[in-house]
Amino acid sequence: MPHALYTAGLIAYLAGAAVGLAGFGSPRRARIGAFSLALAGALLEIAAAASAIGQPAAGTWSIPFGIPFFSWTVRLNALSAYFNLALGILSAAVSVYSLGYVRGMEGRRNAGVLGFFYNVLLLSLTLVFTAANAFFFLVAWEVMALSAYCLVSFEHEKEETRRAGIVFLIMSHAGTGLLLIAFLMMAQAGGSLDFAGWHHLASRLPAWEQGTLFVLFLLGFGVKAGIIPIHVWLPAAHPVAPSNISALMSGIVIKTGIYGMALVFFDFFDIPPVWAGMVVLGVGVLSALLGVLYALMEHDLKRLLAYHSIENIGIILIGFGAALVFRALGHPALAAIALIAGLYHTMNHAIFKGLLFLGAGSVLHATHTRNMEEMGGLIRRMPVTALCFLIGSIAISGLPPLNGFVSEWLTYQALLAGFGSTQTLARVVFPIAGALLALTAALAAACFVKAFGISFLALPRSEKAAEARESALSMRFGMGILAAGCVALGLGATWFLPIFDPITEQTMGGRFSALLIAGNGLVLSAGTPRGGTVSTAGIAAMLVLLTALPGLFWLVWGRSTKRAVGPTWDCGLPGLTAENEYTATGFSKPIRMIFSALYRPRREIQAEYEVSPYYPTAIHFESEIEPAFEKRIYDPFLEWLMSVSRRLRAVQAGSIHAYLAYIFLALIALLLFGVRG
Amino acid sequence: MMGAILEVLAQIALLLLLAPLVSGFIKLLKARLQMRRGPGVLQPYRDLYKLLRKGMVIPNTASWLFSATPYVVFSATLLAGLMVPTVAAETPIGLFGGVLALVYLLGLGRFFLALGGLDTGSSFGGLGSSREMTIAALAEPTLMLAVFTVAIGAGSTTLAEMARAAIGQQWRFLAPSQILAFAALFLVLIAETGRIPVDNPATHLELTMIHEAMILEYSGPYLALIEWGASIKQLLLMTLLINVFWPFGLPQVWSASGFFTGLGWLVLKLSLLCCGIVLVETTNAKMRLFRVPELMATAFVLGALALVSTFLL
Repeated sequence: MPHALYTAGLIAYLAGAAVGLAGFGSPRRARIGAFSLALAGALLEIAAAASAIGQPAAGTWSIPFGIPFFSWTVRLNALSAYFNLALGILSAAVSVYSLGYVRGMEGRRNAGVLGFFYNVLLLSLTLVFTAANAFFFLVAWEVMALSAYCLVSFEHEKEETRRAGIVFLIMSHAGTGLLLIAFLMMAQAGGSLDFAGWHHLASRLPAWEQGTLFVLFLLGFGVKAGIIPIHVWLPAAHPVAPSNISALMSGIVIKTGIYGMALVFFDFFDIPPVWAGMVVLGVGVLSALLGVLYALMEHDLKRLLAYHSIENIGIILIGFGAALVFRALGHPALAAIALIAGLYHTMNHAIFKGLLFLGAGSVLHATHTRNMEEMGGLIRRMPVTALCFLIGSIAISGLPPLNGFVSEWLTYQALLAGFGSTQTLARVVFPIAGALLALTAALAAACFVKAFGISFLALPRSEKAAEARESALSMRFGMGILAAGCVALGLGATWFLPIFDPITEQTMGGRFSALLIAGNGLVLSAGTPRGGTVSTAGIAAMLVLLTALPGLFWLVWGRSTKRAVGPTWDCGLPGLTAENEYTATGFSKPIRMIFSALYRPRREIQAEYEVSPYYPTAIHFESEIEPAFEKRIYDPFLEWLMSVSRRLRAVQAGSIHAYLAYIFLALIALLLFGVRG
Repeated sequence: MMGAILEVLAQIALLLLLAPLVSGFIKLLKARLQMRRGPGVLQPYRDLYKLLRKGMVIPNTASWLFSATPYVVFSATLLAGLMVPTVAAETPIGLFGGVLALVYLLGLGRFFLALGGLDTGSSFGGLGSSREMTIAALAEPTLMLAVFTVAIGAGSTTLAEMARAAIGQQWRFLAPSQILAFAALFLVLIAETGRIPVDNPATHLELTMIHEAMILEYSGPYLALIEWGASIKQLLLMTLLINVFWPFGLPQVWSASGFFTGLGWLVLKLSLLCCGIVLVETTNAKMRLFRVPELMATAFVLGALALVSTFLL
């Protein structure tokens, strides 16, 4: 049953791609055909994933079309099905949204081509999550990278977009190169390219090879996931794509890196060394904290969201890192809880980040700007978008009772559980990681107060914002699906948790979700006998009930009170204007000053005056922060690369005799090598 | 079930009634230390009563969020209060959440309050929101670290378990890790409740106010809800500090007879803690905003030392 649904989903994507390309004479038909088929494919994949998760370990099977010598085998085991489920949910909502969103492009751009690449991306993502053969995996991985590149560069007339696309392409391929080496090492050790034969293979290798493999996989998949310091492509590429594509990129494309890490860390490796877990934990904390700190400095709404993707990848990796350490120290139950925390956050981030990017897309659609300083007051003009964005903001800030809180809570519990039962280093590192996670979460809340408050509240800051119109019904519906997902995964956490049982059974050899559920199935427990408990459903119910109390006061005293609408206090000056409002830059100024060692802010003020400096006629203000990673790591590296290239140029003298000599020498070297072997 | 509902109602009543008293007591003590007569200890009740009956002015720039904020702040704070042990180690709805839920519920209230500040469109609202979120972000890791130190000792993040563990070892509060954690949490308490040297609750001076700037546009019943919420938050943080570190006389479970003993001890210890806060407030001047990070860094180091000393000593 899952096989048939899965294959039908792939065929729907193929048909969607074909329809997008064919177009049938009108952009409208191409758009509706391509995105409706994408929606159908997504729904079929959801059904396939849902039925596969319920079944005991499904085997592998081959896709009929293939090439000789390489079997295109796929498998839909618990881990694959889980990531496919996240992909399906997100892409269903994004496809609905795209029906309305892409309509605005008709006449200006080729919507059919967008539909083509969109379907190809969804197809390749599905294959990446299900490929059961290294060669096939890399093919799907490349198709994904290339279709994502084409989608990112869709608005290629802008210099910024072209540059972002190229950086993405280069870094993505550097990552693929590392993966290729790692896969070849695995293939040499295992004698086959099938993932099925690689189960726990890496742990049987010598220590240095284990270490090399671990680093190669971490970097190779880390580029795609956007871990710091190999993240620089992400905040450039995600914002410049059309917003529905940004939602997919941040929601699920970067999760292919997380999927790859989960596959390697918990399937290829049996018990990785302790240091590996510590490295992942460290990378997680660093990415989470720096991601949110850079996000705070952005006033480009989509770049801000892109930096938050780095933060959330960090939070996921904190869970994974803790799981690895627990595994290495021999605590499978604790490892399972930490892994569940990471995977739960993966799903949550796909949903709320998708929602936020779709919201940003609606705002962009309505105001034609990504700059928050030109928005404002949209809550009145676009009430549904504002509500959806607010729900996404609460969820991503990890506030109860929505889904972000559940996965962050599980992460805290996993970190705390380690204290009693681990070695000394983990005892210090885990709580400190927890404290830094708290700092990250609090800064994220500050950042989303800024993002929502500046963009949606108070007075409009520009003409365009004042005339913004609510987005189309399909766009609102797409956002609504994801907003409902945030609420459902928050309040219904205990019903969702059993989904992880097959995954932990596959990777850790046991079912652990029952440990996490207490009190009539409505309460989330920390998994240890006396650990903590929390109930998001209970919190939500109590919040509603307690609101009745102010209602009571109102009944007793309030009915006779007058409620007037008046002007906001404007310090006695005539009338409050948008210029009096706090700006996004102003809002994050205290953070910029406190963390100035990191940002190294630079500002320049020039006042022009005619008579006296006290009466300036015009003031020019410029402020920027130092892009530390670009300046301190990437620029020196590029310089080094260029100078090496220049030196190597001496070899290319342009003389044909020299080239013939090179060929001759190479031939002799190969012959010698062949004879010796 | 009935008992649980009664406990919830009793704790709600306790929080609602005791919170303004604590605020009034601190104000009175402060006035006396500054050689002023000061308002009576019951003044906050009169203020709330007056505000609840007054009319209100809603800014014309504000949206529905401005009106929703007081309700969210009030109910989130009150719910957080229901997770704290007050007159018994057991908490009425302890199953619904422990210390992590408490911290994040306070975060939910703050999130909405900051949005309410921005919604008015005035510079003051934005200024207050920006500063409040910054200081809260700096206080958060210390709060968590200190809480983790206690939670690790108790083996649980449930506050009832934490209080029980403390009852089990009456003199544990003298352990170095507990003293350090207490000091860290005390600094967080000062920052979170907006007291000198971080913020001045009595000021309406434009350039220095933080919390007050954020709620400048609120009036009438909305202001009452926010002020009441703020004093409940202060009470619950103080109670948390008291019952996790000094649980003398705290009964294990709720009972009619234990209620008054527990209440008596609570009031006694609260007055002691109020004296401490008042001493800090009167002997210090308000810090410049950009000196606050140094204070918070000190608190963080205290928290980290507390953590390290739990297994070194």
